[in-house]
Amino acid sequence: MTVSDVLLTAVGLVAVGAALAVVMTEHLVRAGLWLVVTLGAIAVEFLLLRAEFAAWVQVLIYVGAVVVLLLFAVMLTRAPIGPSPDLDRPLGPALLVGAGTGLGLSTLFVWVFADRQVAVPETGSAQRLGEAIFADWVLPFEVLSVLLLAALIGAIVLSRREGAS
Amino acid sequence: MIRPVIPLLTAALLFAIGTYGVLRRRNAVLVLMSVELMLNAVNLILVTGDTVRQQLTGQVFTLFVIVIAAAEVGVGLALILRLFRLRANINVDEVPLD
Repeated sequence: MTVSDVLLTAVGLVAVGAALAVVMTEHLVRAGLWLVVTLGAIAVEFLLLRAEFAAWVQVLIYVGAVVVLLLFAVMLTRAPIGPSPDLDRPLGPALLVGAGTGLGLSTLFVWVFADRQVAVPETGSAQRLGEAIFADWVLPFEVLSVLLLAALIGAIVLSRREGAS
Repeated sequence: MIRPVIPLLTAALLFAIGTYGVLRRRNAVLVLMSVELMLNAVNLILVTGDTVRQQLTGQVFTLFVIVIAAAEVGVGLALILRLFRLRANINVDEVPLD
């Protein structure tokens, strides 16, 4: 185990623990705050895997924007302060599918990668990523901008009040 | 040296927890949070794949996935607010299907 491995394991445990808290807590707002911990831990994993630009985008967009939007949704739907006992559906199917997915994927990854070690990659800086995007992925990039515009217009149309002109 | 199996196992567990959350939670906002967990697991796998193959494609796709997730949350929030305005309740198992 190298230092990177130890750090990856520790941060991974934090991410998984916080994710468990997200799906198990009875407080709506706390679920959002645990989500911040998970997303932050994943950003640290990105940094440890030398995906520097992806890590900062993760912090900016996910922790900065997506979580704030989710907390807005919690507030605007008049969520109660304190525990809400009626957040969950029956346990059986969810546990079955979740455990099956987890076991299957984990077995697959352990089977394929078992003890394989790879060299530390070159840092994925903004410059290298920018060159990759604008050399090879220009069309998907442009299509994404159209998608963002469509989502923006869709959100505005959906949240307009009925009968407003 | 890095052992790619560690982040991959983390991602597998995160994806499983996300799946569990989507099926277990009935509050639409919590379902959306669980979907975010699943998307992040996929991002982690993409970045780890880059580490294994020593290239950048996975990170480019991670950025694309993050952008799509942002768009998805925006539209999802609008849908949830609309639902709340119509029914005063955002439990996904009480949405009429007709």
